[in-house]
Amino acid sequence: MRTIPTASPSASPSTNKRRRKIDVVSIASFIALVVTTFLMLLPLFFMVSTSLKSKKELLKFPPTFLPDSWEWSNYKEIFETLNFGQMYMNSLIIGTLTVVGTLLSSALAAYGFARYRGKGSNLWFMLMLSTMMLPYPAIMIPQFILFSKLNWIDTFLPLIVPAFFGSAYNIFLLRQFFSTLPDELFDAGRMDGCSELRMWWRIALPLSGPALATVAIFAFIYSWNDLLTPVLYLSSSDKFTLPVGMSSFTSSRFRIPPWHLLMVASVLAMLPIVTLFAIAQKRFVEGIVLTGIK
Amino acid sequence: MTHRESRRQTLYMYLFIAPWLIGFLVFALYPILSSLYYSFTDYDIIHPPKYVGLANYTEMFQDDLFWKSVVVTVRYTFISVPIQLLLALGFALLLNTKIPFRGFFRTAMYFPSMVSGVAMSLLWYWIFNPSIGLFNYVLSWFGISGPSWLMSPDYALYALMIMSFWTVGSGMILFLAGLMSVPASLVEAAKLDGAGRFRIFLNVTLPMISPVLLFQLIMGVIDSFQVFTQAYVMTQGGPNYSTWFYVYNLYTSAFKEYRAGYSSALAWVLLIVVMLFTALIMKFSNRYVHYEGGGRK
Repeated sequence: MRTIPTASPSASPSTNKRRRKIDVVSIASFIALVVTTFLMLLPLFFMVSTSLKSKKELLKFPPTFLPDSWEWSNYKEIFETLNFGQMYMNSLIIGTLTVVGTLLSSALAAYGFARYRGKGSNLWFMLMLSTMMLPYPAIMIPQFILFSKLNWIDTFLPLIVPAFFGSAYNIFLLRQFFSTLPDELFDAGRMDGCSELRMWWRIALPLSGPALATVAIFAFIYSWNDLLTPVLYLSSSDKFTLPVGMSSFTSSRFRIPPWHLLMVASVLAMLPIVTLFAIAQKRFVEGIVLTGIK
Repeated sequence: MTHRESRRQTLYMYLFIAPWLIGFLVFALYPILSSLYYSFTDYDIIHPPKYVGLANYTEMFQDDLFWKSVVVTVRYTFISVPIQLLLALGFALLLNTKIPFRGFFRTAMYFPSMVSGVAMSLLWYWIFNPSIGLFNYVLSWFGISGPSWLMSPDYALYALMIMSFWTVGSGMILFLAGLMSVPASLVEAAKLDGAGRFRIFLNVTLPMISPVLLFQLIMGVIDSFQVFTQAYVMTQGGPNYSTWFYVYNLYTSAFKEYRAGYSSALAWVLLIVVMLFTALIMKFSNRYVHYEGGGRK
């Protein structure tokens, strides 16, 4: 389906010649791929190997690709010295609640836009789409002032609560998906005396696994990696999320940042994302296809 | 639709979109409008805002740091976004063929995109270390003695561009998705007409994936107008303001210098520029972007 058959069963001499020409191109592109993939993976490899080096080995030049002595204790040390467990927990809590909020509110709004043609629905829909282009820095100052008036500074609330009010990108994606569900399903539900909310919960949501999974993954990754918002709102170090905590290591407190430990942190920070990707690899790519184009 | 039915529809529509609608009013509309208001005031967040008319805007256009941040951001955007798109498209084209270990290559290319912004910044800060870093070591294999990258005002911005190419994998996946949806029949037909590889790409593939290209162009430009993490973690805008990105400038004036009014003016200029760019790209695309079925979206 996705590739074009290269050779027909009855290959004539002329197509043979053509195939050989293609082979040269294929070999060249294969070599190009091997080289670039090597270069792409090198920093990652370096990240993992540095995380296992001793403090002394860090300063060696040329840098070693494999650690001389494998310091697995680095992975223990980071939890003991840098408050890492707490930060990891904070990020997990915020990420999980963000996912729950995003799923519920975006799926509700998406259902409203997909299944009802009410007065003003087009206007609101256009307004919603336009907020997709809204840069966060353009609204962050009044939001900050708003949240500080609510006394939410140095709490997780500014990072979690907005997620419970839907986000345009996810609403749009889910609306596209809900629109493809056949009307007959809902007519049948209505005949059985299902309330509208119940139809959303019992019919629409269970049929939307891949779309909801995509939204959940994107929401989690976004929250997990976000730096700007938590930097604005979190000031005490026991509330730091992973990105805030990690970026603070390079500043004042350490004259020379403990690079081996920072690489441990980076490896561990990557772990949930890689796990998500591994579990949902097929879904993930499907989801990217879903969100990317239409 | 009966009158009753349409009222019912309207009621349910509003009930379902209520959470978003409240969120829109509180977390988007109200902040935009009040930031417009703040942009005409002198405001330190603690004392009440004081109306100053256009003072913030006139000050901005006379401020060297503002222009510095504009130049840095525009340079970064105009160089790195096109290269990123070309690389992503190139890899996607290579990986859309029947090449051995295709799955491995796809995953390997995408892998760096899974490293978070901060972790990536830390890693590359370390890689760009001029004396013991990996980057200059690899360059030395080719007989090149590298500059001091992030420590050098001439090279720091280029270092950040190079780093941005590391995550082209996510764009590549979008292009792959686009390429997979190009109907094989069209390519076959072009082949029968005697079109070569390059012609097929130019006349069939490229028009078919142009919506993906447009999408990525818009998102790429908007994203790079908002670069923050790299500047915050790796360079703090330095050395000598060579990586003084627009949003870093905005952040500094609001949350380090407590000039919320001035910063709001910066925010509004960013908002207008992003909107203009989006409109411009969309308008341009009406002529060149092909949508399936011939209609425009």
